[in-house]
Amino acid sequence: MQRKRVVVTGLGLVSPYGIELEKAWEQVQNGQSSVTKITRFDVSQYRSQIAAQVVDYHPEAFFKPNEIRRIDQFIAFGVSAARLAHENAGLSSGVIDKDRVGVCIGSGIGGLETIEKTAIKHNHNAGKISPFFIPASITNMISGHVSIEYGFRGPNFSVTTACATGSHSIGLSYRTICYGDADVMLAGGSESPCTPIGLGGFSAMRALSAQNDKPKQASRPFDRDRDGFVIAEGAAVLVLESLDHATKRGANIIAEVTGFGMSGDAFHITQPHANGLGARNAIEHALHDASLQPADVNYINAHGTSTPTGDEIEPQVIKQVFGASPTLAMSSTKSMHGHLLGAAGSLESIWSCLAIRDQVAPPTINLDNPIESCNGINMVPNEAQPMKINYAINNSFGFGGTNTSLVFAKYD
Amino acid sequence: MSETVYERVKKVVVEHLGVDPDQVSESSSFMGDLGADSLDQVELLLAFEEEFDCVIPEDEAESIASVGEAVQAINELLDKAS
Repeated sequence: MQRKRVVVTGLGLVSPYGIELEKAWEQVQNGQSSVTKITRFDVSQYRSQIAAQVVDYHPEAFFKPNEIRRIDQFIAFGVSAARLAHENAGLSSGVIDKDRVGVCIGSGIGGLETIEKTAIKHNHNAGKISPFFIPASITNMISGHVSIEYGFRGPNFSVTTACATGSHSIGLSYRTICYGDADVMLAGGSESPCTPIGLGGFSAMRALSAQNDKPKQASRPFDRDRDGFVIAEGAAVLVLESLDHATKRGANIIAEVTGFGMSGDAFHITQPHANGLGARNAIEHALHDASLQPADVNYINAHGTSTPTGDEIEPQVIKQVFGASPTLAMSSTKSMHGHLLGAAGSLESIWSCLAIRDQVAPPTINLDNPIESCNGINMVPNEAQPMKINYAINNSFGFGGTNTSLVFAKYD
Repeated sequence: MSETVYERVKKVVVEHLGVDPDQVSESSSFMGDLGADSLDQVELLLAFEEEFDCVIPEDEAESIASVGEAVQAINELLDKAS
């Protein structure tokens, strides 16, 4: 069986830059931070008090009032992003075989706010639990809602792999199409962690930046003065499609997915492997899957979360795999929009696709004093760089020691 | 008194099921007429309990399938309480 080629034909997001794709991309290219103080609940007792929160998004524009009450915010974000991606791909015009369209949109945590509020309201009274509590909380429910809304009867599932969720979703959807199990997949991730226990939980791990006085400078991947990641929320969905299917319906092809690699660290529940072994394996598997040589890759969207340990290791791994490549650039867009956890891999895949489309590498902002391990790599400091990008890689690594690497290519 | 309970029940039904108030009458069944599913029905009973600050006993709850039946059950509960 010859495996099918897979292309990206639609993008949709609900993000700290709003819900308009091109406007969001423009701000990312301009190096604008979307991190602000959290105001939706009292954060005075929390170590970290900042986040990149979704703006210019009104659930009423997407759902009826009684529907909003029955879904957690992560579902609202995810379904809305899927709808925007569907529209962006032009899937509503023309006839498509709905048995051949699947959905894989996951979440790292799921309905945290719903779980938190239900636990408080429930207070050992079994009679007070809403029958919508479970369907509002479980992580595969975005895929469920999207399939019901559009009648998509193809593969329907979700991935939950912490901060690698969005990338696993895209990678496994790509494989699903390669194998001929579907013609079209809506793939991505969503997260809504900016709740009291979400913020408190990540704070307790000392994972979050406490640079509360300067929110826009707090996320500083690969910089000497980084002190943790900035929590963020939102959703990002990509429409993946077999090349045959896309060509037949005259779809606008944004980029091609040509490789996917996965691995496990087998090391620690939250710390990356000390030598970056898992990350390296994932990247090498992705390159192999794409039949690429390291020198072919022009841009890497780094995992780069702004945590002390992770940021130290990733550039070392890049140098091990790619050597001293003068044509390679790597940036962390998390410097601008923080860490969307389960949506990070899909949002950053969107940037990778648009970097290829527009032949420009988005910057790593707040990179005033790059750490030593970045020496010899073009980290795209503080300003976007126009460049030739034939192949881009998106790395995502998650708690539990789960690693993914995706290869996107310019479609010719 | 009965009318007040009806109006309040109707308000809860309209809000939770997202239906047009003109669609709702005393004889409307939640599932047949108003498009509710089994989850909606359970949620409605919880909402009635909250609205009227009462507890609808489990065996009674199972027999409430329409607006009228809800009004009647709530009236009985309120009478008992007063």
